[in-house]
Amino acid sequence: MPPINLGPSVLFTIGGFNFTTTFILQLLISWSIAYMLIYVANHWQKVPNKPQLILEMIFSAAYSQLDKITRDHDKTKKIFPLIFTFFFFILISNLFTLIPGLGAIKIGDISLFRSVLADYSAVLMMTLITVFLSQFLFIFYNGWLKYLKKWFNFSNPLAFILGLMDIIGELAKVLSLSFRLFGNVFAGEVLLLVMSTLAPFVVPLPFFALTLFSSVIQAYVFALLSAIFISSAMEIV
Amino acid sequence: MEVLKYVGVGLCMGLGAIGPAIGEGIVAGRALEAIGRNPEVSDKVTSLVFVMMAICESTGIYALVLSLIILFA
Repeated sequence: MPPINLGPSVLFTIGGFNFTTTFILQLLISWSIAYMLIYVANHWQKVPNKPQLILEMIFSAAYSQLDKITRDHDKTKKIFPLIFTFFFFILISNLFTLIPGLGAIKIGDISLFRSVLADYSAVLMMTLITVFLSQFLFIFYNGWLKYLKKWFNFSNPLAFILGLMDIIGELAKVLSLSFRLFGNVFAGEVLLLVMSTLAPFVVPLPFFALTLFSSVIQAYVFALLSAIFISSAMEIV
Repeated sequence: MEVLKYVGVGLCMGLGAIGPAIGEGIVAGRALEAIGRNPEVSDKVTSLVFVMMAICESTGIYALVLSLIILFA
C-alpha cells in the first residue's frame, strides 16, 4: 500500500515558499473555472448554446435555493457570489480528483493529483473566510456596541455565562465546519486507496459511487452552512 | 506505545460511530414516516434527508479525522 500522509507533498521550494501539489492543483482548478465562466460570458447569446444553458440552469437553481435559506432578495444578491464560489469550487475539485487513473500520475514518489481539499489548509482557509466574514457583517449591520454585548452581557449571571459559552461556540464553528469537509474528502481518499489495494477490480466501484455521492453532498452542506452563518450575521438584532 | 495507538484508533472510531448511527437512524425513520403519511412530499423530504444525514454524520467524521491523525500523523 502506498504511504498515506496528512500533509501535502512539496514539489519545489522558491525562496522559502513551498509549492505543494495541492496548491498548484488548486490554482489550476480555479483558473479553469474562471476561464470557463469568462468564455461563456464573452459568448453570451440570447438563444443559449449548450454550455451557457447548463451554467444558467445551475446558477438559477442555486440562486433560488439560496433565496429559500435567506428569505430576503437583498441578502441573497449580496452573498450569492461567495456562497456559489464555495459550492462550485468544492464540487469541481472533489469531482476532478475522482477521475479514475489520475492517482497513478506521479513525479518520483509524489502523486500529482491528490485531492485539493484533502489538504487541511485549503479547507481551513475557506472556513476562516466564512467565520470572519460573519463577525464583520454583524459589526457592519449592528455596530460595535451590540457586537460586544453579544459576548459580554452583564445583565444577569446566567446571561454572562451563556455569552462566554457563545465565544467557545464561535471557535467550535471553525473546527466543525472545516473538519466535516476535510474528514469526508480525506476519508474518501483513504477508503478508495485501501479498497483499490485490497482488490483492484470491481470491488472499489461501490465505494467510488459512495465517495462521488458524499463529495456532492458535502459541497452542498458546506455552502448551506456558510450561507446560514453569514445570513444570520446579517440580521439586524 | 505502537500497540496502544492502534487500540486508541479502534476505540475512537468504534465509540464515535455509535452516536451518528443512532442519529441517522432517527432521521431516516422519521423521513420514512413522513413519506408514508404523505407520499406527495417524498421528493422534498428525500433531498432534505441527505443534507440532514450529512450534518448528523459530522460527529462521526470528527472521530474519523482524529483516528486518521493518530494513525498517519
